[in-house]
Amino acid sequence: MKASQPKILLLGYGNPGRLDDGLGPELAERIEKKNLPNVTVDADYQLMVEDAAVIAENDIVIFADAAVDGDGPFYFKPVIGKNEMSFSSHSAEPEQLVALAEKLFGAKTKCYILGIRGYEFNEFGQRLCDRAKTNLEKADEFITRAITENDFELKNK
Amino acid sequence: MSTDKSKRIVIEPVTRVEGHGKVSILLDENNKVKQARLHIVEFRGFERFIQGRPFWEVPVLVQRLCGICPVSHHLAAAKAMDIIVGGENLTPTAEKVRRLMHYGQTLQSHALHFFHLCSPDLLFGFDADPAVRNVIGIAAKFPELAVQGVMMRKFGQEIIKATAGKKIHGTGAIPGGINKNISIEERDDFLKDIDQMMEWSRGSVKIAKDYTIENIDMLAPFGSFDSSHMSLIRADGAMDLYHGGLRVIDFEGNKILDHVDYQNYTDYIAEEVKSWSYMKFPFLKSLGTDKGWYRVGPLARLNTCDFIDTPEAEAARKEFMAVTNGKPNNISMAYHWARMIELLHSVEKIKELLNDPDLQGTDLVVKGDRREEAVGLIEAPRGTLFHHYKVNEDDQVTMANLIVSTTHNNVPMNTAVTKVAEEYISGVPEITEGLLNRVEVAIRAYDPCLSCATHAMGKMPLVITLYDHAGNEIDKKSKQ
Repeated sequence: MKASQPKILLLGYGNPGRLDDGLGPELAERIEKKNLPNVTVDADYQLMVEDAAVIAENDIVIFADAAVDGDGPFYFKPVIGKNEMSFSSHSAEPEQLVALAEKLFGAKTKCYILGIRGYEFNEFGQRLCDRAKTNLEKADEFITRAITENDFELKNK
Repeated sequence: MSTDKSKRIVIEPVTRVEGHGKVSILLDENNKVKQARLHIVEFRGFERFIQGRPFWEVPVLVQRLCGICPVSHHLAAAKAMDIIVGGENLTPTAEKVRRLMHYGQTLQSHALHFFHLCSPDLLFGFDADPAVRNVIGIAAKFPELAVQGVMMRKFGQEIIKATAGKKIHGTGAIPGGINKNISIEERDDFLKDIDQMMEWSRGSVKIAKDYTIENIDMLAPFGSFDSSHMSLIRADGAMDLYHGGLRVIDFEGNKILDHVDYQNYTDYIAEEVKSWSYMKFPFLKSLGTDKGWYRVGPLARLNTCDFIDTPEAEAARKEFMAVTNGKPNNISMAYHWARMIELLHSVEKIKELLNDPDLQGTDLVVKGDRREEAVGLIEAPRGTLFHHYKVNEDDQVTMANLIVSTTHNNVPMNTAVTKVAEEYISGVPEITEGLLNRVEVAIRAYDPCLSCATHAMGKMPLVITLYDHAGNEIDKKSKQ
């Protein structure tokens, strides 16, 4: 284990009513059930600007989302603040929130994104496809170990 | 065909991003604007997704429709299901907790729009560099304002969490009532911040008012047009965002409909389908498709109501109406000022409710005679939201029809885009930066929800395509 356990937030986001888009909230539910020390878990449909304030309240934030492409089963990488916004979108991206948290609240939070590969998004339905479930298992195992060992430099997969 | 297979709904166009603000402009032979259209991707499959589900699941399920305003769908569906279970006369505790939830939603939604989307246009100007004209730019130049926006959003979201439960599985409103009240501890947590919210709300109204009045000559014609306006209205004519009868006025303020029981909305309103749009086009049957369209949302609500029942918002309403000498305000950009008056009203209402001991009541649910069909309406932040359901004797939903605010504003948004295009394409067949910026600003005034029930990991570009009189594409520009 590395240094003393920091205050960690895992924020899963996505729409459980849109198949694999629910991977983020599903992971959040799993992690919440583990009651890991110093870990707060939250889930929402989308990221919103007020999440910038929540970022600033934590030492480490992990954004858990469904990924629409990539080889799978998941990717894990640091989030770097980005000063760009898109047209009329009501939701925000992790990079934008990190930039806001730094600018508005002086946040020094380390932020990561855990993108779990999903495959089916374009129907309404509350279920994950089999391949997404497998990826979720691996992502769960990975992030649980990273949190427990307080080591976020772990190699992907 | 298996049951499972028959429930599969393919959604087109196949996309996971939030949607595109796609605009097409058709020119005539003299390069004058013949037609401008805003295309918004709207998934219609959700209504079929609900069919076959037990009615009591619907207030939870419909939150999946929109990650932006799940609370509005939750409450509209719950209001319909109240009627299904014969419990529409809610207990005081149930109604007040639901209202608190709704005002929390309106506060956070309006704060998001104003601080996140609109204030960059107002504070930097329409033609400012898009790299600066955004919330990050606001954070850099007006950090106090940006913090206010974020913290007002957070306050509203926490009210929603206290009243509706978890963000992603909100279950606060159930058929015939609610499933929890507000504890003294929760109430006191909110009360300690409420005066700060009041102060910031007043400041927001002032920004919107000062901007509108100072720039009235430029704003008055900008994407503006005469139209009818529709909203719910309380029995005494007050603005009521949670419940009431339907009122529609024409552009001069003459009442077309008044205190109409929305259970009978199909007697008055129909929806037209057009081949070029996924969205339907609602209209008043009495006026037909060409003249029967109307606007909804903050501007419409300010125009339709006789008064607002909270003192500071009422004073602000009087100032707002004075600009048009008491007649309906048909200036598209006045949506922003109207929205901030509603934000102030919502905070006043939250304060009033938090001081009401009924929030701690324990009589939460009522039920009566079971019914098979019901309509739930609510004034969502963007406008009137209709939920219409039929439920069979096995408690399964057999029909659902939803008309969302952005659909009501379909023709108005198209009209606003057309007005802007007419002004900025004067014989020159190209898309200038000025046009692109102004189309963006005009659409944004309506705060359309372009969400498609899935969050946006990607970008949502505004794409404008210009066609000549023969239908050939001659220019195309997009803005990320």
